[in-house]
Amino acid sequence: MSYEFDFADVFAAWPELLQGLFNSLVLSALAMAIGMVVSIAGALGKTSGPKWLVWIIDEYIELIRNTPFLIQIFMIYFGLPSLGLKFSSNGAALLALVVNVGAYGIEIIRAGIESIQKGQIEAGKSLGMRPLQIFRYIILKPAIQAIYPSLTSQFILLMLNTSVCSAIAASELTAVAGDIQSRTFRSFEVYFIVTCMYLGLSVFFWSVFAGIERTFLRKPTR
Amino acid sequence: MAAIASTEAEIGAPIIEMRKVDKFYGDFHVLRDIDLTVSRGERIVICGPSGSGKSTLIRCLNQLEEHQKGEIVIDGTTVHAKLKGIEDIRREIGMVFQSFNLFPHLTALENCTLAPMKVRGTPKAEAEATARKILERVHIPEQAHKYPIQLSGGQQQRVAIARSLCMNPKIMLFDEPTSALDPEMVSEVLDTMVELAESGMTMICVTHEMGFARKVADRVIFMDAGEIVEMAPPEQFFSAPRSERTRKFLGQILHHA
Repeated sequence: MSYEFDFADVFAAWPELLQGLFNSLVLSALAMAIGMVVSIAGALGKTSGPKWLVWIIDEYIELIRNTPFLIQIFMIYFGLPSLGLKFSSNGAALLALVVNVGAYGIEIIRAGIESIQKGQIEAGKSLGMRPLQIFRYIILKPAIQAIYPSLTSQFILLMLNTSVCSAIAASELTAVAGDIQSRTFRSFEVYFIVTCMYLGLSVFFWSVFAGIERTFLRKPTR
Repeated sequence: MAAIASTEAEIGAPIIEMRKVDKFYGDFHVLRDIDLTVSRGERIVICGPSGSGKSTLIRCLNQLEEHQKGEIVIDGTTVHAKLKGIEDIRREIGMVFQSFNLFPHLTALENCTLAPMKVRGTPKAEAEATARKILERVHIPEQAHKYPIQLSGGQQQRVAIARSLCMNPKIMLFDEPTSALDPEMVSEVLDTMVELAESGMTMICVTHEMGFARKVADRVIFMDAGEIVEMAPPEQFFSAPRSERTRKFLGQILHHA
């Protein structure tokens, strides 16, 4: 093996790489936050909405879970403009990530809701609480506690999926890496560093998730 | 809503009326032609074999179960499945369940303050003060900051009673409140219920605790196969039951008592 490692060109591009890392982090965090809202609303609709709404949500979930993420991005970025809906590449990336994670998130949170015993709901009813109050104050927190590990795993997958958004030139880490690589031809060096950065992002998000669990979702022990 | 606002002055006036109530689960006839009037301040004990419809009967009163025929009037308001504002009726009817059904993510105190704050709009400080007073009344003020999982079954059931009382209900329903308890904890819950009965609360208790029935009930009801078979004051119910089915049932449950 005669390849000589040379990180100098890559290190020279630090500001770009850090910007890409930061953009990936923001894109992921935004998609998680909005995706969480979509997931909760969708799960509520699916468990207690009218039949037509349940049907729409089911079709949405099946459509998203049975098609590739890359195609979903292309559909939003290249397809929808034909219908008059235009997005910036970053906007399309965010939308695609939210639409994608929502489909999985709804099913995960639905499972959490269905794990709540009927007696809890009856207790809420017998105290005179309205359905939305019962959902918000009695069901939601224990439901999320029950499925929190699945939900956070899905969110990590979302973060990893942001790299696919480089395909529409969203300004995230993988796209930045591609630029540097094509400029310097230092493929190994660039992708080695980018791999470490994604790993760092994962560690960062896992620790945020653990912090949220400790602070808001801790289950009482005996 | 005028009837809901009626005062204590009407002790003895009917607060619950069931007229010819029928309920089905599919083809299964769970409640047959139930006629029952309960007066304000009255204490009723319902017993009967499992599957006789006794739990279903009290669950129809706050419409956790809907009935298909007949009429149920609670404090002047006719209740049915489609009633808008059924929540306004339910908050006047406390219910204690066999399996406690405390909210696991809330402390004993928070279990007691949730509904007063969210349903009645009581300010937090006031709701907490009331909850503490009532937790004291059920003899567990020191458990206020514990979570349900940290409490014994008897303590959990007393928190559940306190949670209902915090809504200041006009009626309390008990659905086999001691059936899920270890034997040594039954008496602490029954003592709380006796104290509640002595305070003049209108109570309907589904239970097989016949000592409790003798002590506090104004009337004891025996149900079998969805029917009210016998209804009498406790002295008469226990000493001279009219129906053969009641005699047989009492023979079975009192045999080991």
